[in-house]
Amino acid sequence: MKPSSLLEVRGLTMRFGGIVANNDVSFDVADGSITALIGPNGAGKTTVFNCLTGFYRASGGTIHLATAAGAPVEVGSLLDKPFIGGSYLVARAGIARTFQNIRLFREMSVVENLLVAQHQRLDRNVLAGALGTRKFRQTERDGLARAFHWLEVMGLTADANRLAGELPYGRQRRLEIARAMCTGPRLVCLDEPAAGLNPRETHELSELIRTLRSEHRVTVLLIEHDMSLVMGISEHIVVLDHGEVIAAGNPETIRSSPAVIAAYLGAEEAEVEGGEGTR
Amino acid sequence: MLPAAPLHSRIDVLASLREALLAFVLALVVFGPVSGLMLSGYKVEPHWLRPLLLAAVVAAGRFAIHLLGQTPAGRRMVARNQARVHGGVTVAALGQSPNRARLLLVFVLLGAFVIPFLPWLPVPDALAALGGKYWLSNLILALIYVLLGLGLNIVVGLAGLLDLGFVAFYAVGAYFLALGAQYLGIGFWTALVCAPLLAACCGAVLGFPVLRMHGDYLAIVTLGFGEIIRLVLNNWLEFTGGPNGAPVPPPTLFGLEFTRTARQGGTPIHEFLGIEYNTNLKLVFTYLVLLVVVILMVRLLTRLRQIPMGRAWEALREDEIACRSLGINHVVVKLTAFMMGAMTGGLAGVFFATYQGFVNPTSFTFFESALILAIVVLGGLGSTVGVIIAALVLTLLPELLREFADFRVLAFGLLMVLMMIWRPRGLIRPQRPAFAPPQEVAR
Repeated sequence: MKPSSLLEVRGLTMRFGGIVANNDVSFDVADGSITALIGPNGAGKTTVFNCLTGFYRASGGTIHLATAAGAPVEVGSLLDKPFIGGSYLVARAGIARTFQNIRLFREMSVVENLLVAQHQRLDRNVLAGALGTRKFRQTERDGLARAFHWLEVMGLTADANRLAGELPYGRQRRLEIARAMCTGPRLVCLDEPAAGLNPRETHELSELIRTLRSEHRVTVLLIEHDMSLVMGISEHIVVLDHGEVIAAGNPETIRSSPAVIAAYLGAEEAEVEGGEGTR
Repeated sequence: MLPAAPLHSRIDVLASLREALLAFVLALVVFGPVSGLMLSGYKVEPHWLRPLLLAAVVAAGRFAIHLLGQTPAGRRMVARNQARVHGGVTVAALGQSPNRARLLLVFVLLGAFVIPFLPWLPVPDALAALGGKYWLSNLILALIYVLLGLGLNIVVGLAGLLDLGFVAFYAVGAYFLALGAQYLGIGFWTALVCAPLLAACCGAVLGFPVLRMHGDYLAIVTLGFGEIIRLVLNNWLEFTGGPNGAPVPPPTLFGLEFTRTARQGGTPIHEFLGIEYNTNLKLVFTYLVLLVVVILMVRLLTRLRQIPMGRAWEALREDEIACRSLGINHVVVKLTAFMMGAMTGGLAGVFFATYQGFVNPTSFTFFESALILAIVVLGGLGSTVGVIIAALVLTLLPELLREFADFRVLAFGLLMVLMMIWRPRGLIRPQRPAFAPPQEVAR
């Protein structure tokens, strides 16, 4: 692994029966960067995400995540551990995610959503909890403080004691990001964070993602269709089409790449006269 | 069924008549074969008047309800009811003063502790009867069901795992005491500590392979497990005694016994205290220990909802995939819920065996599982108070309405239907705890 990269994907292939969703996908996510994964609908972006976060076991290829301890971990090997293997180990290794269709704990309060995310950091001893020992109360207080800290960052403090399911859509999106951040990740994967947001909310979101990186020292990988958002905030863009990487580079390179424009506009390369690809 | 409230408030009698006719036909279809045909020897005798009469009653009722639903008052009621149905969970208000609730709790607890001593107190006979043998037995049974309801509430209400074989753990607890006394010579107190542990182990053994499944599959496997335990108890004649059951020794307290003469090498308690012998003594003792255990369990359960494990259970019920994405090992979390539930079931089993003095497999049929599940659903999934109320109501009400014993199951069904209409989320609406921001701003 290169020392500068946090995540290294090599030859990632995902097959569902005869359907090849991802074929030989390779890319790097540099430590401390904002990287975007884009592509037309059905290009296999979310499949890549599910492989990265351990929800799918990739049919082939490797995904290495650099860890603070030193030796990088391979996501697939976490899933293959006998008996205890599973995607939760990937989350513990430092990859947090949000979902395209929001998956909050709808009938729990906003604060509780954030406390559940800190499960690993809290005192999980049942006896300590039942008796309310000093250590238990201390970790619980810290957890609450962290939850309210993230609510403040996301501008959700006023909603702390509401049910997560009754929040407006835009705030649910932000709460989901806050919940992912509460796990203390090194890499946070955002699956279409701007979907369904109005232009003002989208602008706020791009500011927020920048803050996450600059102030909270977390690397961001996002899938997004909103090109102005992607071009505005990301340093590195990977373009997928039909499950393969067709281009990778900085926003300038991508904007002028004929392959990308062809993929988005569905035109023959010869007919393309340049210009920005939208959806 | 009811029309969306039109702007004008005219009452549409024709629509009501249509509804009534529909109800009449449906009732005829249902009642026709059930009460219209009577088996007499090898012949079937038709009694067509009876289903017609029944259907007419149903139609008249439907007509009246539909008409009333169109009056302004009726419309308001429907709207209010609908609002209540759709408003589900709420978050508690911050800083709500729980003083009144606490006062009520103290009174209920005091009352519960005084009940067995009522016959010795200067109170009216009607009240003293409550502490008599009959009502004390009923109360013990009710408390056992409270315990079972609380246990299943962990599994179904909090963790969202549909368990149709909960009675298996109940049986494990009861038979542990019976067979343990027979083969190992253990007593009530040993069983009280060990049976929950054994039941929890059974829960783990069952849970480990099963908990990778979801919803319906889990329900079927647990249903099967419940039946397996019952069939083993029924057919392993030389070990469990089969359908003949097994005797359970009466409980003791520090070598004091509750029988007229000492049978287990101790002293009878009435001799020790120098009081007259009373057949109630064993019941009083069982009731008091059971009450203490129930109170401890309720306390533990209310705590559980505020500690990480309980929160993880509820999160798992809400969304398993999101839980995994947050680093929560869903299998372990489910397993803990399953074991906690099984533990409570085992505990209830020990009390049941002690109370009956005898166990046999007929006490552990699927109907018991269904009854416990009904308690949990009626009480409101996840609500401790609701489950307690539902358990008391479902076990004590049939005793109060002894004369109507024939209609018990019918009333049960009616109650379920009414609950689904008026309180689909159970008697008590679940409420989430509120959190105040901590004083010092830490990272």
